[in-house]
Amino acid sequence: MNTAVEICGVKFKNPVMNASGTFGSGMEYSELVDLNRLGAIVTKGVAKVPWEGNPTPRVAETSSGMLNAIGLQNPGIDVFIERDLEFLKNYDTNVIVNVCGHSVEEYVEAVERLADCGNVSMLEINVSCPNVHEGGIAFGTDPRALEEITKAVKKAARQPVIMKLSPNVTSIAEMAKAAEAAGADAVSLINTITGMKIDIYKRSFLLANRTGGLSGPAIKPVAVRMVYEAAHAVKIPVIGMGGIATAEDAIEFIMAGASAVAVGMMNFHDPRTMLKLIEGIERFMEEQGIDDLSEITGIL
Amino acid sequence: MISEKAVVIEKEQLAEGIYGVWLKTAAAAEARPGQFVMLNTGSEAHLLGRPISICDIDREGGSLRLVWRVAGYGTGEMSRLESGDGIDIIGPLGNGFDISVAKGAENIAVMGGGIGAPPLLGLVRALHEGGAENVDVYLGYRSAAAGLFLAGEFKEFAAVHIATDDGSEGTHGTVIDALRSGGKQPELIYACGPMPMLKGIKQYAEERLIPAYISLEERMACGVGACLGCVVKTRFKDGHSQVENARICTEGPIFAAKDVDI
Ligand SMILES: Cc1cc2nc3c(=O)[nH]c(=O)nc-3n(C[C@H](O)[C@H](O)[C@H](O)COP(=O)(O)OP(=O)(O)OC[C@H]3O[C@@H](n4cnc5c(N)ncnc54)[C@H](O)[C@@H]3O)c2cc1C
Ligand SMILES: Cc1cc2nc3c(=O)[nH]c(=O)nc-3n(C[C@H](O)[C@H](O)[C@H](O)COP(=O)(O)O)c2cc1C
Ligand code: FES
Repeated sequence: MNTAVEICGVKFKNPVMNASGTFGSGMEYSELVDLNRLGAIVTKGVAKVPWEGNPTPRVAETSSGMLNAIGLQNPGIDVFIERDLEFLKNYDTNVIVNVCGHSVEEYVEAVERLADCGNVSMLEINVSCPNVHEGGIAFGTDPRALEEITKAVKKAARQPVIMKLSPNVTSIAEMAKAAEAAGADAVSLINTITGMKIDIYKRSFLLANRTGGLSGPAIKPVAVRMVYEAAHAVKIPVIGMGGIATAEDAIEFIMAGASAVAVGMMNFHDPRTMLKLIEGIERFMEEQGIDDLSEITGIL
Repeated sequence: MISEKAVVIEKEQLAEGIYGVWLKTAAAAEARPGQFVMLNTGSEAHLLGRPISICDIDREGGSLRLVWRVAGYGTGEMSRLESGDGIDIIGPLGNGFDISVAKGAENIAVMGGGIGAPPLLGLVRALHEGGAENVDVYLGYRSAAAGLFLAGEFKEFAAVHIATDDGSEGTHGTVIDALRSGGKQPELIYACGPMPMLKGIKQYAEERLIPAYISLEERMACGVGACLGCVVKTRFKDGHSQVENARICTEGPIFAAKDVDI
């Protein structure tokens, strides 16, 4: 039985990784989770310079999920390389660096700084960031903006590039195709779905930012549907996420077309979620007589 | 830091809506006063852990005491725990109180408002065991009728001064009013309680150049420093974040009042 997968030439010991922003740089959970067991560690979105993020409250619990409006607070690429990437050199797992920016130039500069970092296996480009040159509209909601940024990043990148798609669009298939046409090596989805929560007694918004991104089991059916649509629209690999809590959830994504899966919010609920997924996927393969995950990847 | 299922050894109701437990947990081995834990009741609808401060530590017995006020779903579920029940815990978390600064300080004021009192019990015990004398504890409550929970236990270690919102016990007013009416100016303040009280203490301490350490709260998702949900504005660039922002769950929850913008 083989849980290993290969994506864009990068070998993963298993298809389970964390979703960006929910696991810090791995360091924060390293006392609770053996990072060596993970298929990959996906780091929190990092930009060219430090970002302050949004005012608090930044998080709110919702039914089987949560809203967040962290605002991509990050320490900037220089400290990230010196501290977080250096820390990850102690572990035998792939490192996928999630990159954010306010303009094409900002993304490109961060990606260029990562070019010489030996322990970066892949880049994941978060296009759910506001584009300051386009009145704050997210790059990932317009196919032309997505193509432009994909091309620019691909030109600068030394590592394979995963474009992380936003679900806040009419046609996810169209966005996946735009990323593929512009040269993306893979796509990952879904990022959070924009939502809102109101405190009816205070007659105000729960989040200081008013809106936030919904994640957790509440969004899983939407995510499975979108992974399915994206996987059918493109030939490049798809990494699936959105509400994954169990091995059964992960296998749904794999059958819908995901070559690997990521766990986000559920890390907060139970830090062992990813380890349980790895064990559960092995058990399922054994029970079902599956030798290699490719036998069930995208069978629907 | 550990993540495990803790077991309820003992459960108590301290006042209307105020509950406490002693939990058997490996988290007790390294816990310090002022740190907290994340408790998760395991509901499929309410997935996030609830941050609760460590009230007291029994190192030999390997257990932690937690005391909370029922505020919503999670704390409500927790109030239904019984001896022998298990509950998911992550901890100990955060920095805890810096007790070394109390060395040599004469007049230490420990100030707790309402459900801010519990973490101060472990602090006062530690100060007492460290030989600190002249510790005055100021505890604020709604009213005598609503319950002066834990006040009796503080008296084992220090002089206790009560303030109530309605004047039914002790000073009529806040803990700051009680401090002022005592006429003794502290050299060091530790405080935990609602934001208006902490703002008042920050101002009081800054006007008199008294070092004050305050315990802060914010909505948390992870409790371990990973999500960046729980930040407070800081006066200086924070080493971890590289911006004027520190994680309450990791760099805190205890901050020097002068360093944070509340
Ligand atoms: C470091 C820290 C230590 C704390 N220690 C104690 C303690 O010792 N005793 C005690 O009674 N309370 C304490 N609190 C407050 C306690 O965490 C909240 O009362 C509790 O989370 C409410 O959960 P709920 O499900 O009952 O309420 P709900 O309103 O149903 O909770 C919904 C969501 O909001 C969050 N939330 C609601 N109120 C607060 C709050 N005041 N602070 C942070 N998150 C909140 C919850 O965690 C949950 O994610 C502490 C908070 C922090 C940050
Ligand atoms: C607190 C938090 C922070 C996040 N930060 C990022 C980020 O920095 N970059 C990014 O691409 N996605 C970020 N995400 C989105 C997740 O990576 C993931 O796409 C989404 O949460 C859906 O997965 P889930 O339902 O398993 O959480 C964040 C999500 C959460 C909850
Ligand atoms: S609660 Fe996640 S960083 Fe503090």
